[in-house]
Amino acid sequence: MAKKSALVQGNQACAHGAIYAGCKFFGGYPITPSTEVAEELSAMLPKVGGKFIQMEDEIGAMASVIGASLTGAKALTATSGPGVSLKQELIGYACIAEVPCVIINVMRGGPSTGMPTGPGQSDVMQAKWGTHGDHAAIALVPESIQEIFEETVRAFNLAEKYRMPVQVLYDEIVGHMRERIVFPEPGELEIIDREAPTVSPEEYKPFDSSKGQVPPLAAFGSEYKYHVTGLNKAADGFPTTKAELVDAEERRQVDKVECEEARADIEKNEEYMIEDAEIVLWAYGSSARSARYAVNELRKEGIKAGLFRPLTLWPFPEKRTAELAEQAKAIIVPEMNLGQMIIEVDRVAQGRCTIDGVHRVDGDPLNPGQIMAKVKEVI
Amino acid sequence: MAERYEIRFSGAGGQGLITAGIILAEAAAIIEGKHALQSQSYGPEARGGASKSEVIISDAPIDYPKATIVDTCLAMTQEAADKYAVGIKKGGLLLIDADFVKTAPKGDFTVYRLPIMRMAKEDIGREIVANVIALSAVIGMTGVVSREAGEEAVVRRVPPAFKDLNKKAYNLGYEKGKALVN
Repeated sequence: MAKKSALVQGNQACAHGAIYAGCKFFGGYPITPSTEVAEELSAMLPKVGGKFIQMEDEIGAMASVIGASLTGAKALTATSGPGVSLKQELIGYACIAEVPCVIINVMRGGPSTGMPTGPGQSDVMQAKWGTHGDHAAIALVPESIQEIFEETVRAFNLAEKYRMPVQVLYDEIVGHMRERIVFPEPGELEIIDREAPTVSPEEYKPFDSSKGQVPPLAAFGSEYKYHVTGLNKAADGFPTTKAELVDAEERRQVDKVECEEARADIEKNEEYMIEDAEIVLWAYGSSARSARYAVNELRKEGIKAGLFRPLTLWPFPEKRTAELAEQAKAIIVPEMNLGQMIIEVDRVAQGRCTIDGVHRVDGDPLNPGQIMAKVKEVI
Repeated sequence: MAERYEIRFSGAGGQGLITAGIILAEAAAIIEGKHALQSQSYGPEARGGASKSEVIISDAPIDYPKATIVDTCLAMTQEAADKYAVGIKKGGLLLIDADFVKTAPKGDFTVYRLPIMRMAKEDIGREIVANVIALSAVIGMTGVVSREAGEEAVVRRVPPAFKDLNKKAYNLGYEKGKALVN
């Protein structure tokens, strides 16, 4: 039988992906251009035995997501830059308390209210460094309607597997445009659930990492009783200021995502015409669509351009970017901001090739012509 | 058909042109299995005033999601014509409402006129189907999707009680549109 397909908006695809992943809770506060995610889930969640709550504000929404997740539900919120700014304290809380949850950021311009109805990509550094303190971050950046579905599923999987908040960032253009989606059948995509404790409630310690970097997480309200805090904590969940315990915990919480094994698991890239590329367009989200168009046009003119597109922005694809810096004459980073990921590209390239950016922040998408002009300027 | 075909529907907010765009994209992407991408004006400009909806149809995956050079444009009002009948390709088509667009934009493209709102009101009896007439006229003029695929997409979108009304509107628009270019 042919699989079910439909023409849907990016935000609708996100809601469908969440349901597919097993999401049972949405807490949010409506904000352009993400509102359709909430709208769709308000209709879908009750049908699968889930809960939808419109909270009093963005901060309450993030708190509700953390609470819901601790009780065992896969939980989601969707917002835009201003909402993510408000959620930062609680995102940090989810990092240190190691609470799986997914945050959708449908990016618009900024700072502050900015241009609510225009696209932007200026929250990509915020996704890594928005909340204070050392912490790991996972951020995914889909470019199409199909991919928003799939990456939302992957975000839940990574959140559950690594016991932490995961952000999915896409911009207003992809959020609101419509394309065909082919819905995966149940079982077709892998679904990961958090590891449950195997010890008795009496023996359970919520941050006991003796068996692995990611401790099993019991559901609050079950027979497993434990303490959750934003303070640095010992294995039993109670606060500690013991230097060796704090140090080990801080390092583990970053290492669980940034160690080589985890990176290999989390990183995901698309490479297009990269093999012999002398000019690499390093692009993500809807800017990558323009970059691919530009690659095709440049190739027709005999210019050896290629596209490197990270789907995982954080952790940053350091190894592959360094290899491309070795291979290419230049790496061009087109972004709908004034230069954010280019800072990381430049850091990793270490002067091995020319690095240049193409920027646009006027509410219109980067167009292929702008990117092509920059490539021709550089070669 | 060229690899990438771009259509822009424009008119006043509330005339159903975003729906027309969605229906066309469904006809192409879901019924005919081509690649299609639909986008629209969003925000304050979509409420009253001029509004637009764009559809890109292609045999290959569509990268850049916005219109680059429009093959066919529809303008239902003067304001929409002034604002959105731009960037039309040399040799492209512009369909305007004969009653509401008094001054046709000038350019290296062919202008066609149909009294779309009047046809909806007088021939079909309901102004609400003007968007379906406009859509089917564009399909008749361009053949960007088949007549049947367009009709099927319209029928799928409307409540059963309005099926016949919309079919009638679709067929009227299609015939008139096709006659324009023949």
